[in-house]
Amino acid sequence: MSARMLRVAAVEPLTPLVTRFRFEDPEDRRLPLFSGGAHVVVEMPDADLLRRNAYSLISDPFDGSGYEIAVRREDTGRGGSRFMHTQVSAGDLLRVSEPVNLFALDLRARKHVMIAGGIGITPFLSQLKQLSRLQVPYELHYAARSRAEAAGLRLLNGAAHVHVHISEEGNRMDIGAILSGQPLGTHVYTCGPEGLIAGVEDAAARLGWPQGALHSEAFLSPPPGKPFEVTLARSGTTLTVGPHQSLLEAAEAAGVEIPWSCRGGACGQCESAVLDCHGRIEHNDHWLGEEDRNAQTKIMPCVSRFQGETLIIDR
Amino acid sequence: MTLQFNDETFRDDYTYHNSAAAILRFPFPFDRDSYMYSVNMEPHAGGPEGSPFDKRFDVDEHYVSEMRDREITLAEDPLRCQSLPHMELAGWDLLELIMVSKAEDYPELFTLNRDGDRWHWINRPLGIEHRFTFLDPTTLPCGPMEYITRQAQGDFAVLDQREGNLWMDAGMVTSQADWSLDFDIGMNFFEWHAPVPKAHEMGVFQRALKFLLNIRQGSPARRLNWTMTVNPRLDTSPENYHKWGPEKRTVTAENVGRKQFLRVELQTFWRLPRSNALAFPIRCYLISLEDLVTVPKWGRRLHRVLRDLPDELADYKGFAVNRPLIVDYLSQHDDGAPTSPGIFP
Repeated sequence: MSARMLRVAAVEPLTPLVTRFRFEDPEDRRLPLFSGGAHVVVEMPDADLLRRNAYSLISDPFDGSGYEIAVRREDTGRGGSRFMHTQVSAGDLLRVSEPVNLFALDLRARKHVMIAGGIGITPFLSQLKQLSRLQVPYELHYAARSRAEAAGLRLLNGAAHVHVHISEEGNRMDIGAILSGQPLGTHVYTCGPEGLIAGVEDAAARLGWPQGALHSEAFLSPPPGKPFEVTLARSGTTLTVGPHQSLLEAAEAAGVEIPWSCRGGACGQCESAVLDCHGRIEHNDHWLGEEDRNAQTKIMPCVSRFQGETLIIDR
Repeated sequence: MTLQFNDETFRDDYTYHNSAAAILRFPFPFDRDSYMYSVNMEPHAGGPEGSPFDKRFDVDEHYVSEMRDREITLAEDPLRCQSLPHMELAGWDLLELIMVSKAEDYPELFTLNRDGDRWHWINRPLGIEHRFTFLDPTTLPCGPMEYITRQAQGDFAVLDQREGNLWMDAGMVTSQADWSLDFDIGMNFFEWHAPVPKAHEMGVFQRALKFLLNIRQGSPARRLNWTMTVNPRLDTSPENYHKWGPEKRTVTAENVGRKQFLRVELQTFWRLPRSNALAFPIRCYLISLEDLVTVPKWGRRLHRVLRDLPDELADYKGFAVNRPLIVDYLSQHDDGAPTSPGIFP
């Protein structure tokens, strides 16, 4: 995947947990524009590991002067966000991929309703800028436990049609109330924890929303887990995937290239055939269907793991 | 090299012709002596100098006449150009892509000056000079997609990407191999490919769609497709079948070399930045059999490909009726010698 070396132009803590990073071209060239909801993959050379994490772009999609992301520090995560928070400072050079959008606005919508939970606010920040420019009606509902966690508040500064729900203050988000009474032709977008996405899907189904008007993006990050062994048949190697490593990263560290795009189990690029499997694949992706999961004949190396005796994949 | 534009027609008296240089740069589509469908994609990242793969949007000696032919077709049938309301942003993206590419690749023909959103476009071959405001449709005489595709050779489909599929939601289609934008508008990738034989069972479309959904900005892809056309006609549309269909019956052993054309589409695929849509330009190149066989390798190879092609493909491509005449003609230019791999002469 094509990437370019960018300079970290600014690092700004938004809350104790969330920090904003701004990237610019080292020679101040314009960066490619993008569409609201797009993400980039940031490469992090962390000691002997090369981490690649996907982050939603939060800056104005029509402004090529720089890219901005907001990173929440996940202390129980695999270390990517910790690296960003502790190792990266202004002036550093990092490789950043071309923008890719797996959570695009459906431009047919007459109105866009966005529902964000916690750090799930990030893809909406660029979408809001696109929608205001296109002058399309929208409303954003943003739920967070506390104001301290609601990093988006600083980034929304005064945008119109924004409803903030802070559960600590007793102002919980009522999904049913948001979805009922929306005009025909409205599309709803959800980004946040699985529970929030499921909640919106349930409420929408109950209220008779058409499936095609629902869009969601779950957090993209490979979960840690127990180490496991995998054999890459075509490359003729067997390797151990560490607890804080994904199968994809382990393959890359061993010099085996697997095509990828989102690294979060959503785009389908890294789908790999399973040749032999004695044990249980932990399918963490949003790509494979029920049938493929149960058959254990395919695996998404970017997020999925394995427990058992033997796993051989066609790579 | 200064480009000389031909004064020629693609209808009525059919004065279309290829210069010696145009014959040699023709995008011959067969890299071996046989043909079957494949997802024959490769990066659209240049090619041999002077070849149609060299520049992002190839401009050749037929440019001015092709644009004149498009104007005639559109005047008779405005529905050849359609853009569903949500595709306007994609239209601007496409306008930017083409203007920037042409101005950079052909500075002697095209100039684009940009001052923020105030753009100044000069198209010398067509004698156009226009100042407009980017993203403000009131400053153009028509929609952005129509505006720029009246100045760019080839058909253009602009595909919306959503629900893990691609949707034919906008296009400019006046030089098509027997398909209709007006019929396909709003269809998804599988729906508009439904008429293609064999390829579905081969899983070609599943693989092709997965590839296309992942096309990234700055990394366009391309492939070649082909068919056979009687007379050098760009507008072989279903809408006008009554005009060109009967012409298939005018081919004889005496005139087949002059009247029968190999029609090649250089298809490219571009991710558009602001809209996340996929631009799908389909550029048409035509060469008569008698011009084609002046390159001995191509004469030999086309003979073998057409002779051995499965019947349903000849049917689908619409030349089954003339296949015996074509194969007979080409067999005179096939001495049985081996051919070198690859598409170039």
